[in-house]
Amino acid sequence: MLSATGVSAHDQLTIGLVQFPATLNPNIDVMAAKNYVLGFALRPLTVFDADWKIVCLLCTELPSFENGKAVATELPDGKKGVNLTYTIRPDAMWADGVPVTTDDVKFTYEVGRGKDSPVANAELYRRITAVDIKDDKTFTLHVDKLTYDYGAIDDFVLLPAHLERPAFADPTQYRLRTLYATDPTNPGLYNGPYRISEIGSGSYIVLEPNPHWAGPAPYFRRITVRVIENTAALEANLLSGTIDMVAGEVGLPLDEALAFDQRHGGGFNIVYKPGLTFEHIDCNLDVPALADRRVREALLLGLDRETMVKTLFAGRQAVADSFVEPQDAGFTDDDVPHYRYGPARAAQLLEEAGWLKQPDGTRKNADGKTLSLELATTAGNRSRELVEQVLQSQWKSIGVEIRIHNEPARVLFGETLLHRHFHLAMYAWSSAPENAPRSIFRSDEVPSEANSYAGENLGDYKNPEMDRIIDALEIELDAKKRKGLWAQAQRLYATDLPSLPLYFRSDAFVLPKWLSGVRPTGNQYPTTLWVADWGEKK
Amino acid sequence: MIRFTVIRLVEIAAMLVLMSFVIYGLIGLMPGDPIDLMMGADPHLSAADLARLKAIYGVDRPLVERYFAWAHAALSGDLGYSRLFAAPVVGTLLPRLGNSLILMGSSFVVAFAASLGLGIAAARRPRSRFDAAVNLACFAGVSLPTFWLALILILVFAQRLGWLPASGIGSGGNGGIADWLRHLVLPAATLTLANIGGYTRYVRATMRDALGQDHIRTARAKGASEARVVWRHALRGALVPITTILALSFGTLVSGALVTETMFAYPGMGKLIFDGVMGNDYNLALAALLLATAVAMLANLVADLAYAWLDPRVSYR
Repeated sequence: MLSATGVSAHDQLTIGLVQFPATLNPNIDVMAAKNYVLGFALRPLTVFDADWKIVCLLCTELPSFENGKAVATELPDGKKGVNLTYTIRPDAMWADGVPVTTDDVKFTYEVGRGKDSPVANAELYRRITAVDIKDDKTFTLHVDKLTYDYGAIDDFVLLPAHLERPAFADPTQYRLRTLYATDPTNPGLYNGPYRISEIGSGSYIVLEPNPHWAGPAPYFRRITVRVIENTAALEANLLSGTIDMVAGEVGLPLDEALAFDQRHGGGFNIVYKPGLTFEHIDCNLDVPALADRRVREALLLGLDRETMVKTLFAGRQAVADSFVEPQDAGFTDDDVPHYRYGPARAAQLLEEAGWLKQPDGTRKNADGKTLSLELATTAGNRSRELVEQVLQSQWKSIGVEIRIHNEPARVLFGETLLHRHFHLAMYAWSSAPENAPRSIFRSDEVPSEANSYAGENLGDYKNPEMDRIIDALEIELDAKKRKGLWAQAQRLYATDLPSLPLYFRSDAFVLPKWLSGVRPTGNQYPTTLWVADWGEKK
Repeated sequence: MIRFTVIRLVEIAAMLVLMSFVIYGLIGLMPGDPIDLMMGADPHLSAADLARLKAIYGVDRPLVERYFAWAHAALSGDLGYSRLFAAPVVGTLLPRLGNSLILMGSSFVVAFAASLGLGIAAARRPRSRFDAAVNLACFAGVSLPTFWLALILILVFAQRLGWLPASGIGSGGNGGIADWLRHLVLPAATLTLANIGGYTRYVRATMRDALGQDHIRTARAKGASEARVVWRHALRGALVPITTILALSFGTLVSGALVTETMFAYPGMGKLIFDGVMGNDYNLALAALLLATAVAMLANLVADLAYAWLDPRVSYR
């Protein structure tokens, strides 16, 4: 079989994505497409694998109290910190032949801590109060908070000091001068199985094997990542053989993947992987009608989510009862209230809340106000627009009028949600395995002018008990006790209903039948981190 | 003529300055700045992170202050950095400009040449079967949505027949000029088919009008050959309105074709401008839009000058 370029198709792989990475510097900006591409070329020290366990990629062993590489410390304020000792793999090399050393650790820390550094999420570096270098490969991080996931330093992705240090001479200019922007095909920027060898800006990225990679040799002599933003064109490219596969992480939306599966599924291996993306409807609790828990419960009972998921998504996405995904270690089903479709009970709750049914089918309260709510979501997202139609229709049948008010993503997220100008908003939260819901439920995470609109508690949910659980959860090291706290958080969420849970999103991976070794993770880490396992089926 | 040209060039320069302010202001009025968008992607950003990033990206300053800083740098030749592409604006813009000029230019030349032939032939045989067939084809070309046309071409020539690649501008740098040309065929064909109908209708109408003029009847009465009548006398008269269409189309050469570029993953100016505006990349969007504006205005100036050359009755003082 020959590809369009006349080269044997199976020693190279062409992947379709719908997004092009803005920058390739691993510590500037957060973007799924960048994570996907860098997964081929850069090894983080630690990640969550496909079994949702923390594993070392660039280090030799995870620090733990058992192996003595994690040591609890007492901080001056009486709180507990932890010292974590990591050793970089002895054979780890940048693709220009320079070894990965603790000099890179020191430099990365310097970049992360810099006052004028453009590193997006500096929280990790703030928590690391000092770095001790033992030798070329071993270092100790002094962390000011002992959390249950203390061994994970996933965002600490090493930068090559021997190349990047001059670019950081003026931290304010680093984002412009980093070699990942000015010379992205420099082999010394990469330490994974592949290195980026060619970039067509906005169009494609070519990866070739890293000659200094010491792990198992990757199978493909060339991987090309093509960016095709239009999903219909993406499908056509797949069918024409211009691309071999579509990445699940940044590829076809589920509804389009299902339609493709029906028409052409026989020619491909289509894998559906449920993940941590939680589709829900945020309720703005400052809106008087939504401040009443009975109204929120009525809205949830008035919605037949099981049928909706079966009809719209062929049952490929699990109905959510809380914000914790069933594969997550913190998930529990015990004593968590479930809300099955119950329009009669929904109507009763609305009556109890003072919203009385009118002859025209609407509901009004004692002040004569109609129960009419605005529902916002991202315009152009077909899945959400389909769900919206179902919601509007089913809620109408219990007397709730829904006015659809969709906006482009940048307006919705950049303005409407940020400034909390909404009634109901349908969107998704993405998280990590066992990720404490601090930013979405803690009472001090409500975006406002005072905190520069940071935080994701958009509904203004405030419950001291939830605050206590979240604080306790983060520092509980005993897995069993932590599981208990997770259960409490889920019960409280399902009782308070600060948002209305819909379903957990699945990613669709469209793979060629001959490809083996691609194992979707379902978490924030892309399949490409394990590209050395990919190959051709025997 | 020289005075007219100089005055128009000064007007264009003034218009560009005004446009730069208007475009900068309009982009600034759009909700959400780059850091707000970043926050949507990373909920862990703290208030301190946001303040630090806003200062680094310069979006913590008032819009007018930012505009004057940009204008000052631009006057000294520095158009700044593109936030989306993490590269200097000029370096980002030029390859896209080249791609767009090639795509739009090639489709424009083919579409115009074909429409000139078809339009003139149809005008010479009004209400004939040929004229009806050309009209029908023109309406089909004008009515077909570009994205649908692009999909059909991909499905037929890339998927079914496997003759041509479905997207991109090359197979990753190892295919040479033949590979590059193969990638150009489908997007150029899409644009050609999308434009040819409109151009043909226009050429046909102006030629019909020109062929009915008194001086054409006189030329025929004097025994001029039909070819001379059409190509020498009628076409010269028809070229003035056609030049207007040409000039207007010329402006689009640098503003690109968003839909076609998106469908074929072709990195051109249309997609660049769209991404720059939607991604709040002020420097990039501003430079690209100003370039498109400047070319459109210069093309109009050239058209005005061409009128005088084509029609001796027109003069500028």
